[in-house]
Amino acid sequence: MKHESKLLFIAGLLLSACTSGNDSGEINLGGINSDPIEISDMGQIDDPTSPLYFQEVLGDRVFFDVDLSSLSAEAKSTLDGQAEWLNANPEFSAIIEGHTDEQGTTEYNLALGARRANSVFEYLVSQGVDGPRIRVVSFGKERPFEVCSAEMCYAQNRRAVTVISAIPAG
Amino acid sequence: MTKPLKSLLLALLLSATSAFSQNSTGPLRIEITDGVIEPLPFAIPDFVAENPESNEYARKIVEVITADLTGTGLFRAIPARAHIGRITSFSRPVEYLDWMAINAQALVTGSVDLSGTRQISVNFRLFDVFAGREMGKGLRMSGKSENWRRIAHNVADEIYSRITGEAPYFNSKVVFVSETGPKGERSRKLSIMDYDGANVANLTDDQSIVLAPRFSPDGGNVIFTSYQTGFPRIHVLSRKDGRQRPLVDQEGTMSFSPRYSPDGRSVVYSLTRGGNTDLYLMNVSTGASKRLSYAPSIETAPSFSPDGKRIAFTSDRSGRPQLYIARASGGDARRISFGRGNYNTPVWSPRGDLIAFTKQHKNRFHIGVMRTDGSEERLLTASFHDEGPTWSPNGRVIMFTRETRGAQGMASLYTVDITGRNLKRLETPTGASGPDWSPLQK
Repeated sequence: MKHESKLLFIAGLLLSACTSGNDSGEINLGGINSDPIEISDMGQIDDPTSPLYFQEVLGDRVFFDVDLSSLSAEAKSTLDGQAEWLNANPEFSAIIEGHTDEQGTTEYNLALGARRANSVFEYLVSQGVDGPRIRVVSFGKERPFEVCSAEMCYAQNRRAVTVISAIPAG
Repeated sequence: MTKPLKSLLLALLLSATSAFSQNSTGPLRIEITDGVIEPLPFAIPDFVAENPESNEYARKIVEVITADLTGTGLFRAIPARAHIGRITSFSRPVEYLDWMAINAQALVTGSVDLSGTRQISVNFRLFDVFAGREMGKGLRMSGKSENWRRIAHNVADEIYSRITGEAPYFNSKVVFVSETGPKGERSRKLSIMDYDGANVANLTDDQSIVLAPRFSPDGGNVIFTSYQTGFPRIHVLSRKDGRQRPLVDQEGTMSFSPRYSPDGRSVVYSLTRGGNTDLYLMNVSTGASKRLSYAPSIETAPSFSPDGKRIAFTSDRSGRPQLYIARASGGDARRISFGRGNYNTPVWSPRGDLIAFTKQHKNRFHIGVMRTDGSEERLLTASFHDEGPTWSPNGRVIMFTRETRGAQGMASLYTVDITGRNLKRLETPTGASGPDWSPLQK
């Protein structure tokens, strides 16, 4: 496999998204401990219709200022690319994961992460993406991408990540 | 008698006159609300083993009682090597002079009887040494031998209550989240333990993220947030059979931050729909939920008053997270925190007079308490990250999560007295967060 390390990384992302589809073609944690884990094909990075292209070339994430959930011009530009891709590849669905940095309490950060994921959701829908194809989830501060306790890491953690799934929603 | 012992005795006697202006005829009493407290010296000689099988239990029970009492910061155990008197029979009168000589203000005597293999009985008496009399009645506590720790905690609770006049708290449990693995991909499971960190047992496996477990008022259920479906949902776990089920299960929503009402009939929680988080109240028996707040702001971390009539919670409707109180039936909320910084996770004291909270100000976190009208705010701790207070059953001690800085940062549990004294880390086998302290166990 050409992009093995990337695929493992993506598998990790999907695991953290922990979606419970009932079809083949995506990571499935399903029940609490016994269901099999299936690995999906993320495609090739040079294939513009592949989830890997979405993630690595278009950019799967946008970043937020401290305590805020509003989208910057840069974030909107990234999301324009995501919306275009989603509109061109209707067989995929998506989960938007909202995250915060580690400052703040568990409960408040869950709510703040939900606000951020919802900002992305609303923007994508405003760009013509069909709402039912997208689900949102917040991980609050529980899944940091960078682990240092400094602004350079916090800035990477205040994010919303669009995770592409091969399963049609609904 | 050796020389060092003599000088030790002298030092103890000298300190007795300054530290304890106890009237020799008045009752022995620690007033916890007083200013700085010099721990009260007490002696707890080895409990009398009524048969050879009781030896080990007698030793361990004394250890637990001693750890309970000294752990409060209010008592100091006089080491056995300094004792002059010996207790060889539980029923024989004590020689007060022997214990006065080492400045033992209180004396605890006891005996342990292991009958058969499963049944254990512990007798104990408490003496006010300088008044020369017994404090309260001697008690006999019996139970299965495997419950020897609970019996020891019961004895310590009796001693604590008789001397401080406060309700006890040693015979209690803590439910929390065990954390293992690196910070970016931490595994979490629900665990339960005695208040002092003994008897840790896991309640769930670590396949999904779990957050913030809370006891039901009778201690029989634990309610928590689980990512079992991939989305945060409120689950309830029965401690009896270990089974769990989703309590709030609405597709397209997230639910978290649940807490029981004091009568156990309702659960207040946060539900997020369309990016907006509000408070809801569920009737546990019917499963029907009623919406309590209708604001575009975040409303979360609700907690009931002990009488069940009011709910304290966090809202950022002012632009920053602050504390509010509303009637449990819904309606307008009153803001109670006005200090600088962010205020979060208000938790009502079991006595009803104080609210504990998390405060974030200038990159520092604090656990603090304030009166329910927001007055008399006092910060009890300060660190890189302190969060999520929970009260001891008697409202004297607060347990919380402290997380250390950086990539190697770890969460652990700490306790602090509501006076701000006696800050201590609780030893746990793994990282630990999100504690909830149970009511006093029967």
